[in-house]
Amino acid sequence: MVESKHKWKAWLYLAPAIVLLLIFTVWPIFNTVHVAFQEGYNELSLIGGESTKYGFGNFVDVVKYPGFVTALKNTLLLCVLTVPISTILALVIAVCLNSIKPLSRFLQTIYFLPYVTNSIAIGMVFAAMFNIVGSNIGGEAELITTSGIINNVIEFFGGEPVNWINSGSSYWANITVMVVYIVWNALPFKILILLGGLQSVNKQYYDAAKVDGTSRFRVFTKITVPLLSPMLAYVVITGFIGGFKEYSSIVGIFGDDMGHSGNREMDTMVGYIQDNIDRWQGRASAAALILFGIIFIVTMINLYVSKKKTHY
Amino acid sequence: MADNMNVTLQEKDMKKVGATQKVTGVFAKILCYTFLFLIAIIVLFPFYWMIISSLKTLAEYKLSVPTLFPKEIIWHNYVEAFEAANLGTLFKNTVIVGVVSTILSLVITVLSAFAFARLEFKGKNTLFAALLATMMIPGELFTITNYQTVSALDWKDTYTVLIVPFLVSIFYIYLLRQNFMQIPNELYLAAKVDGTSDLKYLWKVMIPLALPTLISITILKMMGAWNSYMWPKLVTNDTNMELITNGLRNAYSDASGDTNFPVQMAAVAIVSAPLFLVFLFLRKYIMKGVSRSGIKG
Repeated sequence: MVESKHKWKAWLYLAPAIVLLLIFTVWPIFNTVHVAFQEGYNELSLIGGESTKYGFGNFVDVVKYPGFVTALKNTLLLCVLTVPISTILALVIAVCLNSIKPLSRFLQTIYFLPYVTNSIAIGMVFAAMFNIVGSNIGGEAELITTSGIINNVIEFFGGEPVNWINSGSSYWANITVMVVYIVWNALPFKILILLGGLQSVNKQYYDAAKVDGTSRFRVFTKITVPLLSPMLAYVVITGFIGGFKEYSSIVGIFGDDMGHSGNREMDTMVGYIQDNIDRWQGRASAAALILFGIIFIVTMINLYVSKKKTHY
Repeated sequence: MADNMNVTLQEKDMKKVGATQKVTGVFAKILCYTFLFLIAIIVLFPFYWMIISSLKTLAEYKLSVPTLFPKEIIWHNYVEAFEAANLGTLFKNTVIVGVVSTILSLVITVLSAFAFARLEFKGKNTLFAALLATMMIPGELFTITNYQTVSALDWKDTYTVLIVPFLVSIFYIYLLRQNFMQIPNELYLAAKVDGTSDLKYLWKVMIPLALPTLISITILKMMGAWNSYMWPKLVTNDTNMELITNGLRNAYSDASGDTNFPVQMAAVAIVSAPLFLVFLFLRKYIMKGVSRSGIKG
């Protein structure tokens, strides 16, 4: 631009970033791919200086391992359940918020609160709310002292208390708790983005619909949703990416063991990688590449669909 | 807003349409408020439960019919929580890691964003595009190799290992570069003519103008340190080097034993409080930063 003889200056400014990126970003990309294709790669073989042969061994090991299949299933299930629920809920909340004036900003602030939390800390609060306190929960001679506030509410409305997260709880009870917590956690960001989108929509569309006497529902489906489609696509894509990396919210509720009584029944992809990092780097790397592949494919599908359906 | 519309419509002699829309409008509004308040209660309830539980005695917490407000307020739970989980050390570690990594990260981000926004060099656009492309890769993929690297460097159980690997964020560089590019180039040229050095120009002109973005980056980075869990857990074996979130989950997660729930909730409240305070005072910057990032922390 100004002085072409001072090109070295730009590299000087970039030097700290580039050095760190080479070590902690560029090298890991090559090394992780390399490790993933080295069969049976682990810490011991590294120390022993053993060389292993290249192949798909790690991928085969990973896919054959039941723990990984559980993790993959849980991750996909949580994604498929939480992304649509939280997106639709956030959309309805944003539309309602946009249509009122008094208290709108106040409510908006309240809805944003779950975002500024520590997902493990508040996970522990959710765990306490769903937790049954007593002895022998789920076994013979069960003795319940308090069945937890959520069960108290259910009982208040005449329902039966459920064993949500204690030992002996069912898979679907666990999944339900996770869905509730993840949706609660995911709402703030989605509301923020969708409300921002709604506020920038040209009012003329709504005025025209009013003059025509269009029903509210039709206005919602024919004007609001199409005009919001870029933002909807954005929250769905980021929602899926976040969903595939679900981990700390499960630690918050179930602890490091990723399940009640330490059975890892609620494990996720990231949980699996984390669990294998210090022993089976080959498997961890293979799992990380599979995770990257899934995220890449889902993002591409989302982009393709939204390109076809989105009105800019 | 809808009311104003109805008024203008009525003025335009569309009384009938206006009137029916007004009736459904009022109905819709009541429905809206009911729904919104219901959601607000659901959103706030965990916080309420955390606070009142943290002030109860264990005996009151265990009552089969729960109390919605503690009969007797036990502040001592907070003292106990602080001592039981070694929270003082964890706080200190988290603050040191958070502050140091934020400052260093800001310096690196400003310098790189300046180079990308204002300076001309060969391969600039290719390099920038390549950097952006790496944002697609999930962080876990880097973690595996970085774990090997820091083990080989013998960095485990140090502050260095908690700070250095995450100093560069492509996203922050991108954000600040966009902001820097909005500043007219003429200012830079004028400064050059006056013989102002790059660094002085950066410090006197660009940084003040991009301050809101820098504040957003600072807050997000600090929140990131406060919430980080996976990496610290991996690279710290010494409990004196743990960060707040690790200590929190591990100190009270003894599910088989008799957990003191009120103390646990007090610890959760202590850890959550700083985030709320920051939010209270810097809401605008947080929401602005978040709406552009899309990633938590």
